[in-house]
Amino acid sequence: MLITCPYCGPRDVIEFTYQGDGNRQRPQPASQDLDAWNAYVYDRLNPAGDHNEIWQHSGGCRAHLKVVRNTLTHEISSVAFARGDHKAAMRHKAEGKS
Amino acid sequence: MSPRRIDTGGRIDRLRTIRFTFDGAPYTGHAGDTLASALLANGVTLFGRSFKYHRPRGVLTSGVEEPNALVTVLRGEVREPNIAATMVEIYDGLTAVSQNRFPSLSWDVSALNQLGGNLLSAGFYYKTFMGPAIGPLKGTRFWMFCEHFIRRAAGLGRAGIAADTARYERMNAFCDVLVVGSGPAGLMAAKAAADQGARVILSELEPHFGGSANWSGETIDGMPAADWAARTASQLEGRDNVRLLPRTTVWGYYDGNTLAAVERVTDHKERPGKGEPRHRYWAIRAKSVVLATGSFERPLVFPGNDRPGVMLAHAAERYANEYGVLPGNRIALFTNNDSAYRAALALKRAGAAIVAIVDVRPELSSEMRKLADEAEAKSLSGHAVVATEGGKALSGIKVQRFDMANGALAGDARSIQADCLLMSGGWSPTIHLASQAGAKAEWNAARQAFLPPKPTQQWIGAGAFTGSFSTAGAIAEGRAAGLAAAGGTGTPAALPVVEAAPGDPDPAPVFEIRANGKSFVDFQHDVTAEDVRLAHREGFVSVEHLKRYTTLGMATDQGKSSNIPGLAIMAEALGKPIPEVGTTRFRPPFSAVSIGSLAAERFGDLKPERLTPMHDWHVANGATMYSAGLWYRPMIYGLSGETIEQAYVREAKATRESAGIVDVSTLGKIAVQGPDAAEFLDRVYTNMFSTLAVGKARYGLMLREDGLAFDDGTTWRLGEQDFLMTTTTANAGKVMQHLEYFLDVIWPELKVHVTSVTDEWAGAAIGGPKARAILAACVTGTAVDNATLPFMGIVRGKISGVPVMICRLSFSGEMAFEVYSGAGYGTHVWEALIEAGKPFGLVTYGLEALGTMRIEKGHVTGAEIDGRTTARDLHLDWMLSKKKPFIGSAMMDREGLIAPDRLELVGLISLDNQPLNGGAHIVETLDEANPHDSIGHITACCYSPALGKYIALALVKDGKARRGRRAHISDPLRGRFGPVEIVSNHFFDPDGSRMHG
Repeated sequence: MLITCPYCGPRDVIEFTYQGDGNRQRPQPASQDLDAWNAYVYDRLNPAGDHNEIWQHSGGCRAHLKVVRNTLTHEISSVAFARGDHKAAMRHKAEGKS
Repeated sequence: MSPRRIDTGGRIDRLRTIRFTFDGAPYTGHAGDTLASALLANGVTLFGRSFKYHRPRGVLTSGVEEPNALVTVLRGEVREPNIAATMVEIYDGLTAVSQNRFPSLSWDVSALNQLGGNLLSAGFYYKTFMGPAIGPLKGTRFWMFCEHFIRRAAGLGRAGIAADTARYERMNAFCDVLVVGSGPAGLMAAKAAADQGARVILSELEPHFGGSANWSGETIDGMPAADWAARTASQLEGRDNVRLLPRTTVWGYYDGNTLAAVERVTDHKERPGKGEPRHRYWAIRAKSVVLATGSFERPLVFPGNDRPGVMLAHAAERYANEYGVLPGNRIALFTNNDSAYRAALALKRAGAAIVAIVDVRPELSSEMRKLADEAEAKSLSGHAVVATEGGKALSGIKVQRFDMANGALAGDARSIQADCLLMSGGWSPTIHLASQAGAKAEWNAARQAFLPPKPTQQWIGAGAFTGSFSTAGAIAEGRAAGLAAAGGTGTPAALPVVEAAPGDPDPAPVFEIRANGKSFVDFQHDVTAEDVRLAHREGFVSVEHLKRYTTLGMATDQGKSSNIPGLAIMAEALGKPIPEVGTTRFRPPFSAVSIGSLAAERFGDLKPERLTPMHDWHVANGATMYSAGLWYRPMIYGLSGETIEQAYVREAKATRESAGIVDVSTLGKIAVQGPDAAEFLDRVYTNMFSTLAVGKARYGLMLREDGLAFDDGTTWRLGEQDFLMTTTTANAGKVMQHLEYFLDVIWPELKVHVTSVTDEWAGAAIGGPKARAILAACVTGTAVDNATLPFMGIVRGKISGVPVMICRLSFSGEMAFEVYSGAGYGTHVWEALIEAGKPFGLVTYGLEALGTMRIEKGHVTGAEIDGRTTARDLHLDWMLSKKKPFIGSAMMDREGLIAPDRLELVGLISLDNQPLNGGAHIVETLDEANPHDSIGHITACCYSPALGKYIALALVKDGKARRGRRAHISDPLRGRFGPVEIVSNHFFDPDGSRMHG
């Protein structure tokens, strides 16, 4: 499996660490809504098909990436910085993280 | 010249004689021979004994799909079993032996199994041994008695026990176009792609490029096809953008267009060249793949089709044309398609007599009739072979009239004398890799074969692989595939012109002739047509069940020869068309792969070693090193004659009496910096860090999102926006990832940068009543008195000219200091501290003494923060801030995590003055014979010099309430039972007066 890191280019999956389901919605830090916390910590969809995932390029630039991976074919249809906006990504780069 | 060797023709070098042995008997062959061709040339017909019935078997094929002629190759003490004789290139000194025979190949005791053949039908072992125990001869116990004999009698070759001394290596390769298979299609594809400038890898599992061109007898561009193939391959050879891989089997097609291949580098050599590995494992990433893997000829299923001398038609054609060997002198053919006629003619031209061509089809085309005439063969259309005769070699066949429409046999059986019977049941494209790549094969009724599926990965098929069985078709498809794979669109010059025998690629839909006698579907596993029907009768109708129940298509065969006939028979039994029965999905590997090539250089202890800056000093000064994760740390600095316990007790005692020093460089260290660093730490730790003054440190605890304890350590505030976090040694990487995750994914708005600085700092912890005096004696540039360096204070100064950072904190419970210097100065500072400590009786201590002192103090480590305990369980609830949310704060108060019967941290004192054991259970009532009702377990234990007792930390149900009570440890595995007292985990100096000093 290859993941195309937006910084580093296409790299083998052994350079990456799976960091969990990308669909998780973390409640506000002070939230006392235990159902929401429970869903965040434990509930997973396990779809047969496209799945939103977080991967860290731990053997490379260490950025966290939002990856859409098909669980049936391992096809990766999109990779983006978990930090989101391009500006943040560029700042990230300007700070010399490589 | 050997009896079956033709005087001219083929690729073999008749001037070079090669000597080898088979079953101890000496033979000769020629350079270019395989073991199979050389033995056939010597008149050998018997190659092995079958799996179950020990029937004599010859060689069926000429390639990788060989199910019968499996041999064991010996190299010194190393034996490699189950190698197809058709794939072994002979070399001087080759030693091969046959398999599954006792005492010898030609006289085999277990061949008696044939007489009881009906007993050994499909599922025999399950039925006989796995049933309920009725009487003495049934059931699992009976199996256990018989297993040894059965395993010995049924099976393939025996694996060796000698260590494999060969070297293997692994290569990663990248290319634009990988071409698998080098027949006319593969050669054309490779050339077309290379001409486009693409980086091309061309792999061929045989020693020579060319595939069918090497034996088809056809003409391409006016020259013999074999010459055309050799010329094309040599044109590719010198090019910078082409890598040729002969003797290389691509055996796995994985996602992302990653393919696995094994190159047999030196198996064909008497001894490897300098630096050459035996096998080379290739991990190939290809932008595009051209699958030109050709096709396998199928056997026909009829009684006695496994007798030595019965062979696939193209295999015999190949032996004659490529190796100059005739597999028989009086040859009969049995076919359901046109391809056998070309084979008949080739063998005729090589000097054999073709006694008959038996064809199940009632009508033949005029071209086939003409070919039969040219071969001077008696043409028996509308006939079938119903039996074979002979023992270890074929002597004749029996044929009968056959009606293709209903499978009925009619008329008298007539005998034909023949010493070789060639069969052709049509051709199956070798779609294994395409199937592995992830799609279902598609049945083609005309070809009576599964054709490759639509690609789900970047591959293009060409040639016989796609069902294009003519060479002209293969050449056209190959070039188109190569062009497309390389992204080219040009309309190049004219295609090479092929002159070939005519022939209809579509066979008659006949797979089995039903007559009396064993008709084999899977030769390797002795699965007969009747076994397939039996499986159907017993309800195993899915193709996957059929495979498992009968073992059809298992082991090295993997359905290469048996797949379609087996399916066809099952389909007939079910009354369904073949595509509705389906086919099994092919899985890697395509053919057997050496374990050595998979491991390649990666065997033995491959762990990288992490050494602290002072490592060499420890070793030079008598430390026994201990592996902790990747790190090596001193366990004890033993004196001569000391036991481990004596050493750590001495070290701990000396530390508490005067002073001790320990290397703490392995602690995880993370620089947390930025305007929001303090806010970030408040969210990460359960306690407050924004209130921490610059120049002070604080002990912190982290939870996981689910509210369980995660890690602990001290974090030092070096500046307003500059913190140095320490973590436990084991969790350093995990904590770093945890922090990065939250900064990247959850709180990207926080302006914080985290950097792992574990390896930048050397750390020494010096503790004990004399520790401050020692520091005072060697530190310059700062005072270290209580006012300047209070508990949890940080100062900067110098030791022996080197800048150091000193924090007063304590793990041992003594007045203690951690001295950090740049890693490169670690040993220098360490030695200066040792020197300064000499007058004060400073000792070095290792992990054992460190552990002892922390147990005495009741501090937790990874043994207690085990992923199941909460802060409360560990009596760290005082660290849970109520003023702010933090990671885990919402979940830590869930019912299950605050239940009263949770395991809580306690101390234990051994009451029988015997050592306690880590992992031992705690029970209220001792029952050595039947241990039960554990209330907890020991996490860490030691002899405490401070208390003069054996003590332990433990996690015990409702532990706090049990303090002062007695219990027992129960350790049946190690036979240790004994009374203990449950106490507070703070054994020693509970109010901390010593460290606060």
